[in-house]
Amino acid sequence: MAATPETAQQVQEYADDGYKYGFVTDIETESAPKGLNEDIIRFISAKKKEPEWMLESRLKAYRHWLTMPEPEWQKPDFPAINYQDSYYYSAPKSMADKPKSLDEVDPELLATYEKLGIPLQEQERLAGVAVDAVFDSVSVATTFKAKLEEVGVIFCPISEAIERCPDLVQKYLGSVVPYTDNKHACLNAAVFTDGSFVFIPKGVRCPMELSTYFRINAENTGQFERTLIIADEGSYVSYLEGCTAPMRDEHQLHAAVVELITLDDAEIKYSTVQNWYPGDEEGRGGIYNFVTKRGACRGRNSKISWTQVETGSAITWKYPSCILQGENSVGEFYSIAITNNRQQADTGTKMIHLGKNTSSRIISKGISAGRSDQTYRGLVRMGPKANGARNYTQCDSLLIGDTCGAHTVPYIESKNKGAVVEHEATTSKISEDQLFYLRQRGIDEEAAVALVVNGFCRDVLQQLPMEFAVEAQKLVGISLEGSVG
Amino acid sequence: MLEIKNLHAAVDGTEILKGLSLEINAGETHAIMGPNGSGKSTLSYVLAGRDGYKVTKGEILYKGQNLLDLSPEERAGNGVFLAFQYPVEIPGVANTIFLKEALNAVRRHRGEEELDAMAVLKVVREKTKELGISEDMLKRAVNVGFSGGEKKRNEVLQMAVLNPSLAILDETDSGLDIDALKIVADGVNALRAPDRATLVITHYQRLLDHIVPDKVHVLAKGRIQRSGGKALALELEKNGYAEFAEAAA
Ligand SMILES: Nc1ncnc2c1ncn2[C@@H]1O[C@H](COP(=O)(O)OP(=O)(O)OP(=O)(O)O)[C@@H](O)[C@H]1O
Ligand SMILES: [Mg+2]
Repeated sequence: MAATPETAQQVQEYADDGYKYGFVTDIETESAPKGLNEDIIRFISAKKKEPEWMLESRLKAYRHWLTMPEPEWQKPDFPAINYQDSYYYSAPKSMADKPKSLDEVDPELLATYEKLGIPLQEQERLAGVAVDAVFDSVSVATTFKAKLEEVGVIFCPISEAIERCPDLVQKYLGSVVPYTDNKHACLNAAVFTDGSFVFIPKGVRCPMELSTYFRINAENTGQFERTLIIADEGSYVSYLEGCTAPMRDEHQLHAAVVELITLDDAEIKYSTVQNWYPGDEEGRGGIYNFVTKRGACRGRNSKISWTQVETGSAITWKYPSCILQGENSVGEFYSIAITNNRQQADTGTKMIHLGKNTSSRIISKGISAGRSDQTYRGLVRMGPKANGARNYTQCDSLLIGDTCGAHTVPYIESKNKGAVVEHEATTSKISEDQLFYLRQRGIDEEAAVALVVNGFCRDVLQQLPMEFAVEAQKLVGISLEGSVG
Repeated sequence: MLEIKNLHAAVDGTEILKGLSLEINAGETHAIMGPNGSGKSTLSYVLAGRDGYKVTKGEILYKGQNLLDLSPEERAGNGVFLAFQYPVEIPGVANTIFLKEALNAVRRHRGEEELDAMAVLKVVREKTKELGISEDMLKRAVNVGFSGGEKKRNEVLQMAVLNPSLAILDETDSGLDIDALKIVADGVNALRAPDRATLVITHYQRLLDHIVPDKVHVLAKGRIQRSGGKALALELEKNGYAEFAEAAA
């Protein structure tokens, strides 16, 4: 996209506002009427031209959802969500006839991704990362599809997978996160609109990083994406997920579900950089990020590794988890959560050890600044058959200033005497000595904070794929702007 | 280059410097000696602009400009470098990354172009070699797990990379073995130039055998009690500070 003076200026303004992804794409959209009822669900299902079984499964989830209470155990405090005040389907009009290639995609949409730093066309040509771009309720483009199909990898919008490989979808969708799991996951099962589907066949090492980029654009719209990744025996895939949204004064709901399945000797590495709009300094606006992410290591020697960098959202409520069923299977959770201003995050993981000699490792780095509040909540459960299972948890909190909060809530449940659970936790403050030392070397205060925080997060940043690590480091600095001085 | 006039400074409401005056011209090296707790480090922090070190009276001119108007990073950008008596650990931040950030920050301030990682590494390698410092130190996190002497060498390395106009070394020689002492001295001597100045704070006259000062000052009870040539250091070594304790009492 040529940087016209106008866009250049806009971009500058966004940068000045701190949250540079806060712009709105002015595009004609087609929405379902506001609110939620069975007709809306039929509308979504019809829009997606879904088979009867899919509609039935949505309606079943919806009927169950009506009976479920709101979760109340988490720390963040917020007014009750009015579900009737939201739109559940919004799509750019230009997507009504599915474009067959990037050339057919509305240039305005491509420009949006370009502005977000994800030039889809360029990615296709140069970067060697396959991207699925989800805009509000639809996937607008998936790059590298053909190249991936040569090796048998399926990477497509989930709406397309329902058409193309219904057997796989029926077999695995909801098998890790059933619709009865929790209220938000249940809502997702009823109204999910798009998301990515990945299938890596037996013995295939996916030849490139796969990534999905989620963008909420429309006003008052919830995004309910659904991601399903299946790694068949002996396969490997590294998957990245990124998210942003415009700056708006009202809260928007994002209730995603991600399910991962690894069979024998397979490995999935799932990385997230979540930078949804966090709201302003007073806590107006921002995304409610209520996400259920769970992986099942079904096969022996299989591995699921979650790495997340959470800097955005007004409220984050998220516990990427691993169910370690297969013998010798491995679960990992590496997390950086940064909260500033009025943000609240309640995040952590669950490691459920069922099989023999399963092991898990949790490294969590929480950074709180401003008047934000953060909780690490982690469950390690050792089942009765998990002989020789091991967990190691390290949980470090860093406080910037003295108006923020950090809490660590570990839950350890062991039904197996032979299982080993180790837990270490630290809380520290960013020290005046460190800041002065760095400033004496010419580094300004904000850059000094960013450097110290990046150092604090190093163990986790190292886990990210190269393409993301640099971005993530910058993001660490940006999200802490205004937290000192 | 540096002109300190009747400086009074307080920490947490306690006055530590009580009318200190000192002038260092470009091209000169001065040494400050003095008993523990006399205010030497306090002076170095005031010069570097540390929060909480309040100047209650007097002024400091640096290159003709009021130094006290500037933030610590601006002072550093203008060429003020402090080798800390107690260097600080920055976990997780590799020395090279830190040096790159610092060098580029200072270069930006001077209106020079930033250097990319490779170019920085080249400068840093050159300096480590010149100073006989082991390269292992570069990959490690800043000062984390460094021995006392290694921390001091690291200060000298940073000084060499940043190339300051006014270097203040606060007991950089304390805790050093004989070889390291040479490193520090070489580092300082390499910076000697007609447009630069150095202020060395030390307890030991032997450092001054390697870094020969133009002037030696005795700081006691918050003021410069006496100034002289290199001979003053020898005299202090023999007689201690008893004379000044009484003089100031
Ligand atoms: N925060 C503080 N509150 C009160 N007094 C302080 C504070 N910080 C330092 N001091 C005092 O200021 C005095 C000067 O300290 P300073 O560190 O400058 O001494 P110094 O000359 O560098 O000593 P040394 O040779 O031991 O390094 C000391 O008496 C010290 O206890
Ligand atoms: Mg001292």
